[in-house]
Amino acid sequence: MSFPWAKQYNPTNPAMQWIDERLPLPRLVYNAIGAGYPVPRNLNYFWNFGVLAGFALVVQIISGVILAMHYAPNALVAFDSVEHIMRDVNWGWMMRYMHANGASFFFIVIYIHMFRGLYYSSYKAPREMIWLLGMVIYLLAMATAFMGYVLPWGQMSFWGAKVITGLFSAIPLIGPTLQEWLLGGFAPDNAALNRFFSLHYLLPFVIAGVIILHVWALHIPGSSNPTGVEVKQQSDTVPFHPYYTAKDGFGLGVYLLIFCAVMFFAPNFLGHADNYIPANPISTPAHIVPEWYFWPFYAILRAFTVDFLFIPAKLLGVLAMFASILLLFFLPWLDRSPVRSGKYRPLFRIFFWIFVANIIVLAYCGGATAEEPYVMISQISSAYYFAHFLIILPIISRIERPDPLPASITEAVLGKDSDDSAPVGIPETRDGPATQPAE
Amino acid sequence: MIRNLGIVIGLFFTVVLLYSFGVGAYTHITEPATKTAKKVFHKYPRDAGMPSDGIFGKFDKAQLQRGYGVYKEVCSACHSLEQVAFRNLTDIGYNEDEVKAIAASFQVPAVDPDTGEATTRDGLPADKFPAVYPNNIAAAAANNNAIPPDLSLITKARKDGSNYLYSLLTGYQEPPAELAKNFPDDVPGPTTHYNPYFENLNIAMAQPIVIDDQVTYADGTKATVDQMAKDVTAFLTWTAEPKLEKRKQTGLAVLAFLLIFTVLAYLSYRNIWADKKH
Amino acid sequence: MAETVTTDTDAKATEAEHAETQTQDGVDRRDFINVAAVSFAGVGGLATLYPLITQMAPSADVLALASIEQDVAALEPGQAIKTTFRKQPLFIRRLTAEEIAREKAVDAAGLRDPQSFEERVVPGSDDLLVTMGVCTHLGCVPSGAAQGEVKGEYNGYFCPCHGSHYDSLARIRKGPAPTNLEVPEVAFVSDTVIKIG
Repeated sequence: MSFPWAKQYNPTNPAMQWIDERLPLPRLVYNAIGAGYPVPRNLNYFWNFGVLAGFALVVQIISGVILAMHYAPNALVAFDSVEHIMRDVNWGWMMRYMHANGASFFFIVIYIHMFRGLYYSSYKAPREMIWLLGMVIYLLAMATAFMGYVLPWGQMSFWGAKVITGLFSAIPLIGPTLQEWLLGGFAPDNAALNRFFSLHYLLPFVIAGVIILHVWALHIPGSSNPTGVEVKQQSDTVPFHPYYTAKDGFGLGVYLLIFCAVMFFAPNFLGHADNYIPANPISTPAHIVPEWYFWPFYAILRAFTVDFLFIPAKLLGVLAMFASILLLFFLPWLDRSPVRSGKYRPLFRIFFWIFVANIIVLAYCGGATAEEPYVMISQISSAYYFAHFLIILPIISRIERPDPLPASITEAVLGKDSDDSAPVGIPETRDGPATQPAE
Repeated sequence: MIRNLGIVIGLFFTVVLLYSFGVGAYTHITEPATKTAKKVFHKYPRDAGMPSDGIFGKFDKAQLQRGYGVYKEVCSACHSLEQVAFRNLTDIGYNEDEVKAIAASFQVPAVDPDTGEATTRDGLPADKFPAVYPNNIAAAAANNNAIPPDLSLITKARKDGSNYLYSLLTGYQEPPAELAKNFPDDVPGPTTHYNPYFENLNIAMAQPIVIDDQVTYADGTKATVDQMAKDVTAFLTWTAEPKLEKRKQTGLAVLAFLLIFTVLAYLSYRNIWADKKH
Repeated sequence: MAETVTTDTDAKATEAEHAETQTQDGVDRRDFINVAAVSFAGVGGLATLYPLITQMAPSADVLALASIEQDVAALEPGQAIKTTFRKQPLFIRRLTAEEIAREKAVDAAGLRDPQSFEERVVPGSDDLLVTMGVCTHLGCVPSGAAQGEVKGEYNGYFCPCHGSHYDSLARIRKGPAPTNLEVPEVAFVSDTVIKIG
């Protein structure tokens, strides 16, 4: 489905005509990210991050395929093969730093993408499916990143694998057996390393597949926008190309500047020194933490320090950590406010920024050592995390009095409900019959 | 339904967390955490001032060669350098004949071509620095149960590695009197040595660089303890990241290119949108 | 290409909405900036390909093993050393007096890959032959270097895969191989030690 005024693909080049008649791939691209996709004209820079996330994934896949040409997934030689890449392979150091930092930047991008979705309530009807598929991508990305971090077979790789699979041992009855099954042994070793490598290579392509669904689902209702008011008329939109391709080109330049600055001048800043020590199964690093993008959840895991009723603290922590991620799937049904954009929701806005600050506090505690005061702070912060989604959001969507919404995107931008420069004779609303071919 | 269930789950976790907080806070007040010796005496590294620091950082080859001398004379008795090949030494300014001579001065494991038995032969430039001990058990047995780590990656395998290494090498001192008074358990034992830059203050390695002119420098540089520590730190910074110079030079070129591209992309963006208020 | 054409039309259509506010110059400058930005992106993309492609070339540790030294003092006439050079078999053989006499009598000009006796043996010796043990047809290992192996119709080397026959100087005499067995770069570094590569 698309807006009735969407431009029709009409190739002038005979070669493109020839292809389009036999395989309408050019048409698909034109309608997906070309001039055939009308997009709200008022998107701000936060809407750049979807395209950036796709770009970051492509960088990961390309650099990852290259690293796999030189890496050896065997516990005896994995660490040395990574050093071989760093020292002897032509441009290998660049490929590895690109891949290692690329993972962090992928998460930076999708976190901003998600916070944008949270602030502008992009998950609300009719866009629930886009949000759900996005959450699937997020889960897959976390699994992929975790397994990738194991591959260099340094100290953090080894102990990360041990601790994360240890989460599953908290499950009553089947836990320990499940952990052994996941690892293919009693501790991480060759079996675990090989299966993690195999899955680490596979999952990005699964992610790419889900991204296609994510974008497909996006094209059904079209992009949301900062006002949260749905598109009504042609003057509300501009064609994706050239308007948003140009804007995304600029966004990509800024992103690459920051990415390359880190990759070339502080390539180990986001990593952990202990991972340059070969894995040693009989010595745990003094301070063991996951990569930064897991810190908030790691803080929630560690916040449960005492048994409660009959439930052991270990199980509580694991349950809470998984719950903290899974509850995001239910967000479209937890927040029932009819207004989407946080811009017109005064009460929601306050709590949103408290939530953002709270996540940063949680992340800091997750990266810190497990000692006071960080444990107590993370307990309060974790409590707020759950309260925000499960208690505060449902309540404020009931009691809040939203600010008045603009009649249309055009009004929000131009101050009047129609754009005089727009050609006349276009369909009034998106639901009206297409009385004539667009433009 | 989902909201009611959500509120129940939310209340549950919130209550458990507040209960945990209460228990933790109560323990914290009734049994305040005792200060550890590490909290009181541990020091963060001092700046080693490596010439490879900064975005224009470059290695000083003369310094790297002096540093290699310190490694060879002082460290190599116990610490291996297994990721580094002799051929890599051409990067720090040795010519091919010098590299051959250095390689030949090391014995590397080999197989006797006539009997097939394990033996050793003179190193070749393509060989890596051989291990010092045949395995970790031998290493531990020879060093009071402490295994000397491989030094190839040491400046990346420690937080703030170069500064840490320099500080550690120059940080040996007599344990302060308050240590024995307040933390008798943390006083160095017969096989450990006090060093405030070390993780738990007591390091198994004895002070390696002790007096001036411990190593003879061929280039006439005054071999003070501080100078030797700096030089070997520079050398081990190089062994950990031999591509550092290339990385920084490539990075500068890439950033310059991207800056121009981004400006052009911005102008293009402004132009395309010039007629659309948004 | 059609995409590009459409782009220009779109951009012009948009500009046409406000045509009265701009001069012709403005339009030209705008097109120029868009083209410049896209060209810059293209150059950047091409430059990125360079490391992506060269990473597959032999790495530094592989190249470091690309030359070897071999002591040939103990090699008697008729004996051969089979070793490896660049991960491929290498034959080092001391020719017998009979072989030398026979091959010197051959008129090199009439061969498929004409090379004289002097061009084949190690410079500075008159009886030491160093060749790759790789048939120039499709890369199998010819037999004949060691005593007792099948030597083929020309008493040299024989490749069993597709029946190429080489003489004692490993020159192709019969069969599908196009050229003689390759003689790598080889030289004496002392009286008894040769360096290959």
